[in-house]
Amino acid sequence: MSETVIKIEGISKQYRLGNVGTGSLAHDVNRLWYKIRGKEDPYLKIGEENDRSKKGSSDYVWALRDITFDVQHGEVLGIIGRNGAGKSTLLKILSRTTTPTLGQLKIKGRVASLLEVGTGFHPELTGRENVYLNGAILGMTRKEIASKFDEIVDFAGIERYIDTPVKRYSSGMYVRLAFGVAAHLEPDILIVDEVLAVGDADFQNKALGKMKDVSSKEGRTVLFVSHNMSAVRNLCTRAIFLGNGTVKGEGMPEEVINKYLLENASYDLEQYFNDPQKAPGNDHVRFKSMCVIPELSNADEAMSVKTPIRIEFEFYNLKGATPINLSLHLCTLSDEIVFNAISPVKILENGLHKGVLHIPADFLNDGGYYINVLIVYNASKVIYNFDKAVTFTVEDKRDFQNWHKKWVGIVRPQFPFSLEKVE
Amino acid sequence: MENTAGNKNEDWDLVISPKAKLLDINLKEVWRYRDLLRMFVKRDYKAQYKQTVLGPLWYLIQPIFTSLIFILIFGKIAKIPTDGIPPMLFYLSGICIWNYFDACLTSTSSTFVQNANIFGKVYFPRLVLPLSTVFSNMIKFSIQFLLLISVTAWVAFQTGSFYIGINWLLIPLLVLMMAGLGLGLGIIVSSLTTKYRDFHLLLSFGVQLLLYTTPVAYPLSFLKDKPYAAWIAWNPLAPIVETFRYAFFNVGSFDLNGLLYSAGCIIVILFIGIVLFNKVEKNFMDTV
Repeated sequence: MSETVIKIEGISKQYRLGNVGTGSLAHDVNRLWYKIRGKEDPYLKIGEENDRSKKGSSDYVWALRDITFDVQHGEVLGIIGRNGAGKSTLLKILSRTTTPTLGQLKIKGRVASLLEVGTGFHPELTGRENVYLNGAILGMTRKEIASKFDEIVDFAGIERYIDTPVKRYSSGMYVRLAFGVAAHLEPDILIVDEVLAVGDADFQNKALGKMKDVSSKEGRTVLFVSHNMSAVRNLCTRAIFLGNGTVKGEGMPEEVINKYLLENASYDLEQYFNDPQKAPGNDHVRFKSMCVIPELSNADEAMSVKTPIRIEFEFYNLKGATPINLSLHLCTLSDEIVFNAISPVKILENGLHKGVLHIPADFLNDGGYYINVLIVYNASKVIYNFDKAVTFTVEDKRDFQNWHKKWVGIVRPQFPFSLEKVE
Repeated sequence: MENTAGNKNEDWDLVISPKAKLLDINLKEVWRYRDLLRMFVKRDYKAQYKQTVLGPLWYLIQPIFTSLIFILIFGKIAKIPTDGIPPMLFYLSGICIWNYFDACLTSTSSTFVQNANIFGKVYFPRLVLPLSTVFSNMIKFSIQFLLLISVTAWVAFQTGSFYIGINWLLIPLLVLMMAGLGLGLGIIVSSLTTKYRDFHLLLSFGVQLLLYTTPVAYPLSFLKDKPYAAWIAWNPLAPIVETFRYAFFNVGSFDLNGLLYSAGCIIVILFIGIVLFNKVEKNFMDTV
């Protein structure tokens, strides 16, 4: 049976926005006055949900609101969410750089947090000195660092530069060395935030591999915050989706990631731009409609991998006879282009024109997609690029399958595939 | 809610909750991070003089020139006596111990603001940082103290009298007291300035005022029978500077009561400082 190593009980964190000045002083005095009389902090009641795009009525927001979950020993927990969802605040509380406003948190074992690599690196010190300094900041003793020193330098692959001040390093070398120190920490619980966003591909794989080793071979617990969905998918055994300071989803990484991607997508499958002033376009072309039409046999059904899809859009040509063709990019929500489809070039007169593209059933995999429509002059120059014209989701649907986990791959075509006895 | 959770027979290594106990000071943890303290001292020392030609020699230039100015202003113009100590030595000794206090106070007072980027990213006992500055300033003090000894030796070579004796044993204690006072006041200021920076603006000119109310440029004996002597006596720095000269030159008298008064002040200030610092360190990232 696994053991709970982190127990988070109803954690909330309130922040005050705006400047520190006489206004905040008045609130501080008021808060102190309530405290002296033994009353609760009056500003805890007025906080609002943290939605950075809306203007609120008070200066107080809840970056986290009543977060509760447990982490088991040996788990790799991925934490995902939009910018400002509260991920970093949660990590800050877990790594003790700030405390929660309400609730409490219990931890078993030694925690090391990597909210950034190379914390405390001093540009004037050499690589060797910085390894010792950074290691000490992360909680290692001199002896521990000395015993791992060669391994760290080897991992970073910068042996030749080890006695040069780090200000002379390339940014890649700097990160390699910093991550090398971090990777050789031996905490019971490792907290990692987006450190993989830097370094070359080779090094990213090395770093990801190291993180995987830490959890699977050495049995340590890892909390991993990232925007890199494929890293979360590959590394994590469980995931949590934070949105506006609350837990919006929890479970298998694949399910949680999908939920996250869906929530962030807009679902208007049919858009009509009735006001030509506001319609997407320019002096040359202007859109009138943009539709994704699932060709469903049954109206109650969701659009799934078994549904043929028709993409239709109408636009006006405003500049008279022009050789025009269309280009349509279908992309996954993680910004990979699935395909680029091109129409033939045609001379278009002024007036309304219509483009139609058919995507057959059994082609797309399940997940979220968006479409960019490009109107191109004579197959050479882009006249207008309607970026993210429409977003849609394809649900999963399987007949007689024993495999229930995520179907891998960007597309899921049903090519003829036979299996026969030969002899 | 906190109690019901705590009563379960689970042994958590760490419980983080919003309310910190007033005296929840974990000095054992600071000790566990002593390697970090050493690395910070090394960093401060190395970083400060990299890419300078004279290196630590810069530590000598400031006290020498300050002493020369003091000779001119307090010795020649104001004609304040120096207790029979050669003026250069008198001023240099005062500046030497004063500088240590000044450096400890000024550098620890910006602990939170200066290190916000490190503090925001990783946890370690915050007290390690101000402690490390106290130690790295000790290197500077040692160099200036060596200067004082060299100049004293040179003067002795000219005049033929030089004192080394049992009194010198007092010096480490006095330095420690200065460290305690500088650290205590420094962390009080740094704790008070995380949200409202006003105090920090006050500090540089406060230190200047403090210099003039401390017998650095004049001996305490000069104030005898003057009505404001009692005011100067309130300054806990005064007995330390006076005793430092007594210990080093064996001139003047040893004032045990004054020294005990200073020690009492230091303990109180350090205690207040550590409690405040401890309270602020948990949440300062939100307001710094």
